[in-house]
Amino acid sequence: MEKGLLEIRIHGRGGQGAKTASQFIAESALGEGKHIQSFPEYGPERAGAPMKAYARISDKAISNYAPVISPDVVMVIDPTLMVSIDVTEGMSDKGILIVNTPKSADDIRKELKNYKGKLYTVDATKISIDTVGKNLPNTPMLGAFVKLTNAIPLDAVKKSCKDKFLKKLGEEKTNATINGIDMAYEAVK
Amino acid sequence: MYKDGRGGKVHKMSKTTAMTGAESAAEAMRQINPDVVAAYPITPQTAIAQNFANYVANGIVDTELVRVESEHSAMSCCVGASAAGARVMTATSSAGLALMWEIVGVAAGLRLPIVMEVVNRALSAPINIHCDHSDSMGTRDLGWIQIFSENAQEVYEHTLIAVRLAEKLLIPAMVCQDGFITSHGVENVEIFDDEGVKKFVGEHKYPYGLLDIKKPVTHGPLQLQDYYFETRSQQIPVMEEAKKEFVKIGEELGKITKKKYPLFDEYEMKDAEAVIVVMNSTAGTTKTAIDAMRKEGKKVGLLKLRLFRPFPYKEVSDALKHVKKIAVLDRSVSFGANPPLYSEVKNGLYDVKYTGKLHSCVFGLGGRNIFVEDIIGVFNRLLDGKLKDHDYIGLREE
Repeated sequence: MEKGLLEIRIHGRGGQGAKTASQFIAESALGEGKHIQSFPEYGPERAGAPMKAYARISDKAISNYAPVISPDVVMVIDPTLMVSIDVTEGMSDKGILIVNTPKSADDIRKELKNYKGKLYTVDATKISIDTVGKNLPNTPMLGAFVKLTNAIPLDAVKKSCKDKFLKKLGEEKTNATINGIDMAYEAVK
Repeated sequence: MYKDGRGGKVHKMSKTTAMTGAESAAEAMRQINPDVVAAYPITPQTAIAQNFANYVANGIVDTELVRVESEHSAMSCCVGASAAGARVMTATSSAGLALMWEIVGVAAGLRLPIVMEVVNRALSAPINIHCDHSDSMGTRDLGWIQIFSENAQEVYEHTLIAVRLAEKLLIPAMVCQDGFITSHGVENVEIFDDEGVKKFVGEHKYPYGLLDIKKPVTHGPLQLQDYYFETRSQQIPVMEEAKKEFVKIGEELGKITKKKYPLFDEYEMKDAEAVIVVMNSTAGTTKTAIDAMRKEGKKVGLLKLRLFRPFPYKEVSDALKHVKKIAVLDRSVSFGANPPLYSEVKNGLYDVKYTGKLHSCVFGLGGRNIFVEDIIGVFNRLLDGKLKDHDYIGLREE
């Protein structure tokens, strides 16, 4: 990892909000004076198909426009992808892997081959159903991301969320979304 | 009063936000507030037209937006509006630009200062809409100014320059950016205050407007063997002037942005033994590769073209003539001939009797990724004398 640069990869399926999550991370970091990038893996955009989104956060201007191949942090929004995709590809022993699942980190580690980095789990799906009443795990995952990386303040993410959703979803649903971020922040382990 | 399309705020101060290249192009268009924008609203169109249509619908600009039935019609509409004396812009990409081709040449022949955002994407077949430069390279001989942009910030600033440049010389100009990589990638973009930018852009005063009934003019008459040649040849010297004017107008914009806008950027070129010449986003990725290699003491550098038409032969050759090893990276091909950028660099080096080693590398067709590691590989092979005269990057050969 280059000093002052954090590279993030998010695995999800089309429609699960991996791209939105990467954008939230980037926009929150920008608000903190960082240089950022956020982009999906470009391909046919199909609901339900496996996809990746990327983000970079840096202290200085970012000139690398290639996809992230050695991520410092990987988030898996849909754990069913792990059957067919090596989500740890390109990660070092210092990597941070965050999986949305009701299972424990130890159980997930058994399913992975040769991954020696850090591993955490959070049931973001349950949190989103409990808070907003829908399966939208991407925003709670942001709470887990903040807790484990300290890359951006929790308030910055919550503010980005509020800015984005208040007009679109109204106060009640926006607060429920933010509540989900807080819950995942506490629950991840 | 001009408002931000998202938050309804007035842009009194410059502001850095997260934006895509499509959004930054639309932001420039918002500040320019053209009289007419004509665009085809369906694929291969990009989010530029969509974002700008929002500004129109929300009354943030007072542009007449014409949603036409094809790209050919889009450019035809632009030609008509521009000849009438309006400030005109459009946006397109890939097959859209290809369909427009006939009228793209007409715009230049009629000396209409239309500014077009081009999101560089592949041409079919096989069917593909991902990044390469085949689309704008297909129009390189039609008489348009072509400016290439490394990132969303440059797209924004180049668009502002393009309007002034086009209107000063009465030559249409296209501002190019990499499809998806720039057009859909979100990054920091600083948008400068509306008032300063509007003052910089100024008003369009077209001297031959069809609507000026006191000064009747004819546009596009028939000219056969008698005059066509003379009219066409007038496009040649004025194109040359675009180099000087680009720099001049860039200096003026630089007073607002505190940046420089040379014809091309030189990065770590001073003592470089091996140099890559490339355009658009890959220039950025090359900088990252150079930073890593310089730490290991390898003398590598980059020459990034901004202006491709007119091509600054003398300036580029002077910058490159002392470099021992050069690789020109093209994101398009010219079947049966040298790739476009390589071809121009080689042409220029003939005039300075270049004695070093010049290589061509084709990469990234149809959106094939190019990584920092790929660029480092090219530099290493270049330094070790292992790069072929005509090579490929990232091509599966089995």
